[in-house]
Amino acid sequence: MHADPKGVLTGVHFIDGDHACCEGTLAAGARFAAGYPITPSTEVVERFASRIPTIGGIFIQMEDELAASIAIQGAVWGGAKAFTVTSGPGFSLMMEHIGYAAITETPCVFIDVQRGGPSTGLPTLPAQADMMQARWGSHGDYGIVALCPNSPQECFDLAVTAFNLSEEFRVPVMMMLDECVGHMTEKVVIPEAESIAVTPRRYTKRPPAEYRPFEPMVDLVPEMVKAGDGYRFHVTGLTHDERGYPSMHGDTQDRMVRRLQDKLKPLANGRALCETEDLDDAEVVVVSYEITSRVAQRALQAARRQGIRAGKFRLVSAWPFPSARIRELAGRVKAFVVPELNLGQMALEVERAAQGKARTISVSHAGGTVHDPDTILEAILEAAR
Amino acid sequence: MAKGFVAIMAERCKGCGFCVEFCPTRVLTLSSAFNSKGYHPPYPVAAEKCSGCDLCGMYCPDFAIFGGRHAR
Amino acid sequence: MNETTLEIPCEIPEDARNPVEPFLRMDRMPHIWCAGCGIGTTVNCFTRALLDSKANLDKVAVVSGIGCTGRVAGYARLDSFHTTHGRAIPFATGLKLANPELQVVVYSGDGDLFAIGGNHFIHAARRNMDLKVICVNNMIYAMTGGQTAPTTPGTAITATAPYGVSEPTFNLASLAEAAGASYVARWTTYHVKQLARSMEEVLKRKGFCFIEVLSPCPTLYQRRNKMGDGLDAMKDYKAKSKVRNGAPTGECALSMTGEIVVGKFVDRERPDYLELLRAQMTETLGDRYAEPEVSCCSEG
Repeated sequence: MHADPKGVLTGVHFIDGDHACCEGTLAAGARFAAGYPITPSTEVVERFASRIPTIGGIFIQMEDELAASIAIQGAVWGGAKAFTVTSGPGFSLMMEHIGYAAITETPCVFIDVQRGGPSTGLPTLPAQADMMQARWGSHGDYGIVALCPNSPQECFDLAVTAFNLSEEFRVPVMMMLDECVGHMTEKVVIPEAESIAVTPRRYTKRPPAEYRPFEPMVDLVPEMVKAGDGYRFHVTGLTHDERGYPSMHGDTQDRMVRRLQDKLKPLANGRALCETEDLDDAEVVVVSYEITSRVAQRALQAARRQGIRAGKFRLVSAWPFPSARIRELAGRVKAFVVPELNLGQMALEVERAAQGKARTISVSHAGGTVHDPDTILEAILEAAR
Repeated sequence: MAKGFVAIMAERCKGCGFCVEFCPTRVLTLSSAFNSKGYHPPYPVAAEKCSGCDLCGMYCPDFAIFGGRHAR
Repeated sequence: MNETTLEIPCEIPEDARNPVEPFLRMDRMPHIWCAGCGIGTTVNCFTRALLDSKANLDKVAVVSGIGCTGRVAGYARLDSFHTTHGRAIPFATGLKLANPELQVVVYSGDGDLFAIGGNHFIHAARRNMDLKVICVNNMIYAMTGGQTAPTTPGTAITATAPYGVSEPTFNLASLAEAAGASYVARWTTYHVKQLARSMEEVLKRKGFCFIEVLSPCPTLYQRRNKMGDGLDAMKDYKAKSKVRNGAPTGECALSMTGEIVVGKFVDRERPDYLELLRAQMTETLGDRYAEPEVSCCSEG
């Protein structure tokens, strides 16, 4: 299925990451957004609010992020593709509903334009400190997807991917921008609608009498219905069985929670998105994402000029984390260098995946600005020693 | 013959007594028998007075009783 | 005939069926509510309202929050959503806007709607979102063990106010009116006919509608306050309630032992959210405005 041309602004644009994100959601078929103003993310819904009345859809500014993050899920069960947008403090408020989306298997997208924290922190300045929160922020065990664009073009492309993955796996998908990527203006090419692939919702073809709302298909993902179609189905945030009925039993819990994680295995095992360069002969691998991957690029070039065999591993999907690829690399490189605008979040994940076979050097930065490329270069040089 | 009837699902009853108290024709009383949960369900002590108004059904929080009118 | 057996000594037609059954998930009975709890009684009224309003049941959705009343969604044989604590209204807002042909009923408790969810309530009322909000007010947090709610009247003993509540309460009807609700009524579980009629009325009407239903909680509220069982509460409602349709909501505050003013307090026409949105967009954008069509398709 391809994109509905109504939402696709085909052409060459000079726009920032936030605006490009908005165009991506429209191209993906999102016709409902709910939001609450917060710097540096608001431009996404500001553009949506300006674009949607002539396309045919709804933007509603809710009373807070709790409301926005659940209103989108009501809209999804009413038949819409929907998303919300926020930054750190609002992302914290949305955690409960990321859990609700996970347990009710509601496909929806959360866009987080990261700023410095904790709390109000640095409202207008970048950080990448919500990476672990994106994965583990809501209580309980569940799986999510988190994508990390590093350019306005990728904000557009990955917004489409985010919706597609959320529909395929019926999971909440996070778009993890940072303030730099969100506010960086670059060329964005939006293709023709026919060349944008859009994953349709997995609506059941079964009649109501044969349909069980949470019965997994072969890929562990259940088929969906929407309100108003005569299925008279029930959705609950309580642990539930295949009928969708609450079930306060350890075995139901075990079956449900494991499936919520396991259904993402195809993504974790093979399709986890990354961008690599110069890995064949690499002795040091720089693992980075979002804006930091662009700073790291310069350090990588400098290292190569100095004769260091440095390779690039950019996380396009931070979650699921490409553990298998890192593990494989760990067997043949000296070290991983992980620069990030936090005190070492994804570095922990690299270290875990490397299983002690290669060193992990965290190049941490508390945010507010980006790394000096020389700091990353020094870490590469030290790793190569 | 009574105009109406009451049907009682004794096992669903929790013995709150709403139906007995608010029956306009005083058809019901609580039985001295127990259901398996240990509650005393109602029973029609004056079935012939039942008008079939289903007020007992409107009150019953446990969906354990309802009234209806006999077809004539 | 023997009053010590459970045999029913009257003639019951073979095809007789409890009229509530088509509206409920009978495979989930018995429900979790205590003996003497009034939530089930409100559900009876709701089923009668659904029947009498001749609503297309495929187009009625129930959204609940968390708590004892929050379980209504799980028992209603409709498209039904048991959401998170306090967030039934914003969920319902999204559902309604995505599919405006749905009649969306929010069915939840006083703690859920007015403490944790209070902000959503006032904003949905302000927007005149086309939602029918039914609040079963048992004056306590029952599911969690009887803690103070914003509706628990002064001096009552609760699990978190063992020496008596000292905070003032919300007057829910007054709050709803001030925030902009189109329709405000209050009944008790004693007033089953009136409650069913109010529910029927709101099912047939547009705009943000609010019905408060006082309901017994013998286990968590009354027991600590030596107020007897569910039936005692019902008798109390009968004795103390006074129907005053159109009464100024500001004069209808509840107390622990005082008069209970019931009735339909507010019934006013205001354009609802979608009507206002359409008017504004048409005014500004003219022919360029596209009616919202938010539903996405599956392949084929």
